[in-house]
Amino acid sequence: MRLRLLTERLTSLWFLCLSVVVMLLTAIVAGALVHRSLPILRRHPLGALLGGSGWHPMQDQFGFLPFIVGTVWVTVLAMAMAVPVCLLSAIYLAEYARSATRAVVRPLLDVLAGIPSVVYGLFGVLLLVPLVSDHIAPWAAKHLSFLPGATPREGYATGYCLLTGAIVLAMMVAPLIISIADEVLRSVPVAMREASLAVGATRWETVKHVSARFAAPGLVAAVVLGFSRAFGETMAVLMVVGNVPMAPRSVFDPAYPLPALIANNYGEMMSIPLYDSALLLAALILMVTVLAFNLLAQGVLVIAKRRAAQ
Amino acid sequence: MPHISVRDLTVAYDGHAILSDVTMDIPDRQITAIVGPSGCGKTTFLRCMNRLIDMTDGARVRGEVLIDGANILAPDADVISLRKKMGLLSQKPQPLPMSIYDNVAYGPRLHGTRNKRQLDAIVERYLKLSSLWGEVRERLHAPAARLSVGQQQRLCLARGLAVEPEVLLCDEPCASLDPTSAQHIEKRFVELKQDYTIVLVTHILRQARRLADYIVFFYMGELVEHGPAEQLLNDPRDERTKAYLSGTIS
Amino acid sequence: MKWRLLEEKVFRALMILCLGAVIAGLALIVAVITAKGARSLSWEMLTQVPKGGYYLGKSGGILNAIVGSLALAFGATALACVFAFPVCLYLQRDYAGRSRLASFVRTSLDLLWGVPSIVYGAFGFTVLLYMGMRASLLGGIIALALVELPIMARAMEEAVRMVPQALKEASYAMGGTHWETMRKVVLRQALPGILTAILLAFGRGIGDAASVLFTAGYTDNLPRSLLDPVASLPLAVFFQLGTPFPEVQSRAHACAFILLVIVLVVSVLSRLLGSRVSKYSLR
Repeated sequence: MRLRLLTERLTSLWFLCLSVVVMLLTAIVAGALVHRSLPILRRHPLGALLGGSGWHPMQDQFGFLPFIVGTVWVTVLAMAMAVPVCLLSAIYLAEYARSATRAVVRPLLDVLAGIPSVVYGLFGVLLLVPLVSDHIAPWAAKHLSFLPGATPREGYATGYCLLTGAIVLAMMVAPLIISIADEVLRSVPVAMREASLAVGATRWETVKHVSARFAAPGLVAAVVLGFSRAFGETMAVLMVVGNVPMAPRSVFDPAYPLPALIANNYGEMMSIPLYDSALLLAALILMVTVLAFNLLAQGVLVIAKRRAAQ
Repeated sequence: MPHISVRDLTVAYDGHAILSDVTMDIPDRQITAIVGPSGCGKTTFLRCMNRLIDMTDGARVRGEVLIDGANILAPDADVISLRKKMGLLSQKPQPLPMSIYDNVAYGPRLHGTRNKRQLDAIVERYLKLSSLWGEVRERLHAPAARLSVGQQQRLCLARGLAVEPEVLLCDEPCASLDPTSAQHIEKRFVELKQDYTIVLVTHILRQARRLADYIVFFYMGELVEHGPAEQLLNDPRDERTKAYLSGTIS
Repeated sequence: MKWRLLEEKVFRALMILCLGAVIAGLALIVAVITAKGARSLSWEMLTQVPKGGYYLGKSGGILNAIVGSLALAFGATALACVFAFPVCLYLQRDYAGRSRLASFVRTSLDLLWGVPSIVYGAFGFTVLLYMGMRASLLGGIIALALVELPIMARAMEEAVRMVPQALKEASYAMGGTHWETMRKVVLRQALPGILTAILLAFGRGIGDAASVLFTAGYTDNLPRSLLDPVASLPLAVFFQLGTPFPEVQSRAHACAFILLVIVLVVSVLSRLLGSRVSKYSLR
């Protein structure tokens, strides 16, 4: 009997300890990154680092602007492609599809979400890069020359560019956005949908005026989570985006996102002073941005759940 | 000629019959109460009348429901005009996620009324008809979810009436209401039957006694007996109806 | 009226088109990687480590990367399990109640779930430096476990939470302690879900490249100890694709194919296991 109680005490205590460790983990990771990026922050003001556009570590010049701009562009472009497609797909799954269809599609989405990023990257290299350089870029040069950001600059039509990175990224975040949006839409009460149908609304009108409105916070959260996932994705983008450290001026320009900067240089930075601190600052910027977005999404989801519970 | 007539209506779900071979006529401009123990197919019957049954995966419907001679179960039937014709009041009031005004104006807007003054008039008229106007006239643009449950149910009635249906399908509309709100709704029904055919699903016998002109008794997916309220309540023919009325089965 | 029905039809078609495109994307990825990868796959590749001149196109295989990846993923999954399982038991009402701590732990897990794996890689590397170690199997396992922990914990908690309260109460009513109830009732009831969570994390772990990039290193040898550097499949894809030789690049395709097969097998396995082990669970 005493042994049983002792076991009970010990396991409870053990669970508690591990939980506290997990709780502190976020802070530990963030704290370590802050600690290691302090050296560069002491030398240069944060504003100059974030706003500077020259990247010459040998000359003690660390401007993150091109990388930040590259990250933002590739992410925004990817989301612009992914969001409409994902939301429409999720609406179909949640509102139209029969349960037999759902039973097939949901596992496929899980598979899609589980494919490693290097495989996406390789897919991009094998199929999308040639597609963009041989077909899309020449076509855009011919037909879209009136659009400032849509034509390739001379000599840069390699296919390793923003557009390719964004397509790969869009494919990667699609299963995540669809899954969350589908779940959120399924939480719309059936009776509410039927109330709208019963006065003679079509299904699409019901989605537009009732389901989407009711589920709006959750749909926003799905998009925000997709955005933050895309923001930090490294390998797949790195493999197709070109990695030239300058701010892109067209979708056919190469870009150099922050994660790629870290991945490409982290091994060989020991000899240059502050280089390692600069890269950890880059990691910190990534982490802070992503955490901010995730907190936002979590907050919105809490509101959504409260609404659904009403 | 009867407004609604049901011919051999059978509904099966995964091969398991929920309704079998229901045949009857529903009288015009009267309150028809459908009674029976829970799980006897009352709600399924109602859902066939406005084809909401289409939303249920795996439900197979056979037979005919003729409204003014047209079979609404035909695959090419115009479901949208059908649903416009058949107002629905569900068990639990389900306001749409918008303001009180927009809830009532929802149907008319969909069906093409855009004029602000016309909409105002419609909203006022039907909120009055469902005796909610006095309580909400000052806050028409407040979210409908803030109303009490009783008020919400009357709002749903107004929303249903606003598309000018000919039939009202009511699925235990008082089940989740407090006694006062339930009384409100019942009073409305008695007035509304001047202009509408009302089909009322209920498992409260006393409610059927109070309101119904015509009563239909379902038991385990089968139409057991139907007839004028007087006759069915006082002189039931079937043993099962007798047992139900005396409270032996419920 | 016509217009409304048209709108309905147009959007419905658009939705089907979108969902079809997403599914077609999946099919296209699998098809392209299989077509390119299976062609350059050989028995030799699966059974040998790289020999001299391998990266110039000479003979050898990628056994080092296969073994390395499996070692990394198994190690990391085990390590993540050690944390994830107790923590999600703790998050149940039986232990934590509705405490502030539980909600902090949940928030922390949600945030960790969103942290990009490159950040874990960078963090892992600084920890290695701090401890005076170099890139090694152990370092890779730690970084990868950080990536897997929130994925596993989230799926596991879902499974554990599904255990009906009444079932647990039946055990408490007979005088069972929390721990006994967890071990004998919750674990058994939630086992399919827990295994699915573990396999899910394993699948993510084996494919993750960014976290092991600096922490696990890369080598042509098979790992002998936890402190040796190891190769991994994702990095094998990445590095070999970066060489200018077509022979080596085609080996990268083969590596990606192997990786894809492993991930797909794990995914199918988790579905099969889920239904197999659920023999004793109530529904």
